[in-house]
Amino acid sequence: MTAVLTNLFDGIAYGMLLFVLACGLAVTLGLMNFVNLAHGAFAMTGGYVCAVLVNQFGWPFFAALPLAFISSAVVGIVLERLLYRHLYTRSHLDQVLFSIGLVFMSVAAVDYITGSQRVFIKLPSMLEGQFDVLGVGVGRYRLLIVVICGLLTATLQLVLARTRFGSRLRAAVDDPRAASGLGINVPQVFAFTFAFGCGLAGLGGALSAEILGLDPYFPLKFMIYFLIVVTVGGSSSITGPFLASLLLGIGDVAGKYYVPKMGPFVIYTLMIVILIWRPNGLFGRTAMR
Amino acid sequence: MFVQARKLSRWMLGAIAVGTLALAPARAEDSFKIGLILPMTGGQASTGKQIDNAIKLYMQQHGDTIAGKKIEVILKDDAALPDKTKTAAQELIVSEKVNAIAGFGVTPAALAAAPLATQGKIPEIVMAAGTSIITEKSPYIVRTSFTLPQSSTIIGDWAVKNGIKKVATLTSDYAPGNDALTSFKEHFAAGGGEIVEEVKVPLANPDFAPFLQRMKDAKPDAMFVFVPAGQGGNFMKQYAERGLDKAGIKVIGPGDVMDDDLLNGMGDAALGAVTAHIYSAAHPSQANKDFVAAYKKAFGNRPGFMAVGGYDGIHLIYEALKKTGGKTDGDALVAAMKGMKWESPRGPISIDPDTRDIVQNVYIRKVGKVDGELYNVEFETFEAVKDPGKVKK
Repeated sequence: MTAVLTNLFDGIAYGMLLFVLACGLAVTLGLMNFVNLAHGAFAMTGGYVCAVLVNQFGWPFFAALPLAFISSAVVGIVLERLLYRHLYTRSHLDQVLFSIGLVFMSVAAVDYITGSQRVFIKLPSMLEGQFDVLGVGVGRYRLLIVVICGLLTATLQLVLARTRFGSRLRAAVDDPRAASGLGINVPQVFAFTFAFGCGLAGLGGALSAEILGLDPYFPLKFMIYFLIVVTVGGSSSITGPFLASLLLGIGDVAGKYYVPKMGPFVIYTLMIVILIWRPNGLFGRTAMR
Repeated sequence: MFVQARKLSRWMLGAIAVGTLALAPARAEDSFKIGLILPMTGGQASTGKQIDNAIKLYMQQHGDTIAGKKIEVILKDDAALPDKTKTAAQELIVSEKVNAIAGFGVTPAALAAAPLATQGKIPEIVMAAGTSIITEKSPYIVRTSFTLPQSSTIIGDWAVKNGIKKVATLTSDYAPGNDALTSFKEHFAAGGGEIVEEVKVPLANPDFAPFLQRMKDAKPDAMFVFVPAGQGGNFMKQYAERGLDKAGIKVIGPGDVMDDDLLNGMGDAALGAVTAHIYSAAHPSQANKDFVAAYKKAFGNRPGFMAVGGYDGIHLIYEALKKTGGKTDGDALVAAMKGMKWESPRGPISIDPDTRDIVQNVYIRKVGKVDGELYNVEFETFEAVKDPGKVKK
């Protein structure tokens, strides 16, 4: 029984991590209708910034985390202003080709600067190890991930659904022309949203170094996971990708634990079944736009 | 216009080809070309960089002229993809007319080049890849790295002798992982040990958590681990996070996991892991101390077992060329390499005259702190181990 709970916990932590990494993609893809395969590159940026600050400059881990967010967001906003905005109106194929090119460039750049070996972030000792809650092993670091990601999700949902900025964003997405006619600065809203999504990815990258490993190939290796989260969850809300991440996280961990021989296939099978059942994702809009 | 341009370029290519042909014999007289094929980009790039560094270091120390021949190294990147290895080898042999090919970061790369070495009748020096069968694929292959059964059988024997009775295994699901697993199981079971759990992890594996939980629940005395070098750090961190060290489950395995290249970044989680391997940067010989000091001075970091494979590989080529008196004929070179013995930074090694595979000491080491840094400290030696994969036959 305790093994079941430990697995459930590990699955939730893994799912939460996937969510923070991928939710920026859900925003750009779902809300801004832009296929950004280079999303992982922003996650990697955050991860490396955090690693350099902690390992080489001796910053405390918790101080470096916000910096990971900020640096990825800044890189995001610069690239958005310089490159991305020219592609908003182009076809999806152009966007895919552009962003995949960006991925390869980021891989080569990081490889050149830091070398291709894996990077680890030195964690404070209070985050290491596990403690027992009624016999269930709870990893401290994983607990931290669950808490941070849980808070982020709640905030995101509130911002999107309840605030003025949220409604502006939704208006800008649904009908950019009408929205700008009403005095909403559409490019600014998009730029801000894009940067925020990148920042989240950066934070996710910093958090995931410990669990997923961080090397220059990060954006390529995990691209498929991000895409699974977004396709399964549907990209029209935050709840969809969130539940999809949890489902994938728990499914992946349980699959690897109970049927290790089949383990890696479990999440792909899940994805295929869900997409046959609901082609637009669990929470996708029922009709194509 | 287009057709004309194409014709023109073909004509030019032809001219260049004729030009090279005319030049080639003159060059071949006084130089010895080595085509070095390594993964310089991609996930295995650290292997390529170490070997390339080690060769540069060796040539700095020993000069670039041997028996009247000037040694020329031509480096090609194959990113550890066998298709690219093959193209690179073809290009090197056919247009560059190299006298030997060397390197090969992974097994599939070494295998892809094997038929070309046979056809071209030139030596193929394998400096990294570790699957047992490689040297059987061409009579021109000579290996200076190691084979996985070499270290895996030894750790199996060592485990049963040292009171480890129940072992759970966690290995990456690809050829070297399976090689390591089979040879370990054979020797461990022969000594009366019991495998209580066997898990094969996919090669591209993001999170070890569920597999480690399974290991923990199986309650073995130790777990046998083989994952590709780059994943070792993540593995050890999660091993400690899950408290397997406190549950008294030791980590044993072939030494790839504890590569000197990465060991220091793993943190104290790695302390106490016992592995069997052919090289540790902490090997206490003078030859090794000099090698490590020179390598650190030149490249700023610690050499790992891949660097030693490259260092010995180029040494082998130098010595063979000396022995043939500058004769560059492939058969003569391979014949000269057979049975060659020397003192490597890893300890005494030789080339088995029957299998062209390396014979070397395998050391049992435990991760400990030396001058505040993590090292594999050797504490037991199994001398002159041949590749068990071939001894059987």
